[in-house]
Amino acid sequence: MLTSLWQGKTLPVLVVCAIIAVFWYLGSIWLNADMQRMLFENNGQASYTTAELIEGTLSQEKPKLPTPGQILAELNKTVLETAPTSKRSLVYHGSVTISATLLGFLIGSMLGMGLAILVVHIKSLDRSLMPWVVASQTIPIIALAPMIVVIMNQFEVTGLIPKAVIAAYLSFFPVTVGMVKGLRSPDPLQLDLMRTYSASQWQTFLKLRVPASVPYLFTSLKVGVAASLVGTVVAELTKSEDGGFGARLLGGSYYGQTIQIWAALFAAAACAWVLVSLVGVVDRVVTKAMGARP
Amino acid sequence: MSHPVIEASHLSLTFETNDGPVHALSDVSLDIQKGEFVSLIGPSGCGKTTLLRVIADLEQPSEGEININGMSPHEARLKRAYGYVFQAPALYPWRTIGKNIALPLEIMGYSKVEQAERVRKGLDLVNLTGFEKKFPWQLSGGMQQRASIARALSFDPDLLLMDEPFGALDEIVRDKLNEQLLRLWEMTQKTVVFVTHSIPEAVFLSTKIVVMSPRPGKIHDIITCDFPRDRTLDIRETPEFIDVANRVRQGLREGHSYVD
Repeated sequence: MLTSLWQGKTLPVLVVCAIIAVFWYLGSIWLNADMQRMLFENNGQASYTTAELIEGTLSQEKPKLPTPGQILAELNKTVLETAPTSKRSLVYHGSVTISATLLGFLIGSMLGMGLAILVVHIKSLDRSLMPWVVASQTIPIIALAPMIVVIMNQFEVTGLIPKAVIAAYLSFFPVTVGMVKGLRSPDPLQLDLMRTYSASQWQTFLKLRVPASVPYLFTSLKVGVAASLVGTVVAELTKSEDGGFGARLLGGSYYGQTIQIWAALFAAAACAWVLVSLVGVVDRVVTKAMGARP
Repeated sequence: MSHPVIEASHLSLTFETNDGPVHALSDVSLDIQKGEFVSLIGPSGCGKTTLLRVIADLEQPSEGEININGMSPHEARLKRAYGYVFQAPALYPWRTIGKNIALPLEIMGYSKVEQAERVRKGLDLVNLTGFEKKFPWQLSGGMQQRASIARALSFDPDLLLMDEPFGALDEIVRDKLNEQLLRLWEMTQKTVVFVTHSIPEAVFLSTKIVVMSPRPGKIHDIITCDFPRDRTLDIRETPEFIDVANRVRQGLREGHSYVD
């Protein structure tokens, strides 16, 4: 039983979690101690034991660094104990973020694949378009996001779409780069073979380039879906009235609700993990059907 | 007398590289008749693969003329006049063996029924029946190369171009495949152009051996080799076989001598 735990992933992951937790609690005590001393002073409590001090640092209302326990309690409260329809529910905010993320991911990956196909087949586009694709990612998204929201607002495009556009803006890039690499991955021999059959460009694309690009595509899609979530959260910082993890982060930072911020961060990370894992599952199913070595 | 299948006259091909021009082929003239098994043999850099690629329209000659069945190589390629077997099997890893053999048939628009029938025949021809649903990595190197031969023959071209198809295999497998290839040639009556750097392989398989020499790549000697079509591996012990092999070896040495 114990050996199987060691050989599997479970025990190592648990051990790492435990180590992180220990350091986290020490960090909370250290970072929150000054504030706790001040609190004692303000309450007129001149003398206190170290135990009292430590206990205080771990249960502040607005700590500099909340403890994992406080974050979990907040998550429990906002995910499980609050009705999903309430604006205080992280499930509600999560669903807002996820829907924009998925729409943005869909647009971004379609755009990315389309661009890759064009770039691979039209030489002039390779030279003229690719530098712009790269340049698009050098602009800080946090600066660009409000512009996109404002401009789209001007055309009365509001709600989900502007956020999805920003998510797509971040996610198309890895897909384009990966797909271009994938479509170009067939070796000269595999291409010569198609020439000996005098296959058309379309047949070569469909029967050689596309299947050869699949492993590259899935790697990019995993990066793309995570980038899409980041893009959505950034967009929500700008458009906080619609809710979402970004709005939750923004609200938390207005009122110094550090526990709320950390809980939203954890929930966002968990969502990203689930999305990346889902792409991974599809990846495994498809590669298996395509005869990959187990 | 019918037209030769391949008529090459005064072919030259020069590759421009950063280190100056490389004369891959220089004044190569060669006729190949229907039903012949012609081996191109020579040290690396003698242009034997380049000549095969010119026949297949994968390279363009700088000078000279070449006809395949009276057509240019380009027209012949568009008419799918030949099947090409590469050094490596070049099977697509995402296709099963059956699907790999069906690849040219799909591209050439054969019906599903016809495809299935031809795949079945092809697998039978190279003794791979039962491996249709396997993926390439599940087969040995020799089996993969046999599958690639079945793929080249699936659309029944009259001309088979083979570029060191057994070069990467060990000698035991190579002997076996040589014998099978000979049976296949006997059965199908195809014209074969076969690139190799193995003297016994060339002598065992061919009706005609073209000895090539490098820098610039040109034909040094053409040796006729008329053993009966139903020869077996035992023939390699006979004085006649050893005699031809010696002539080939002699030719290779002469072609190469100025390098030493």
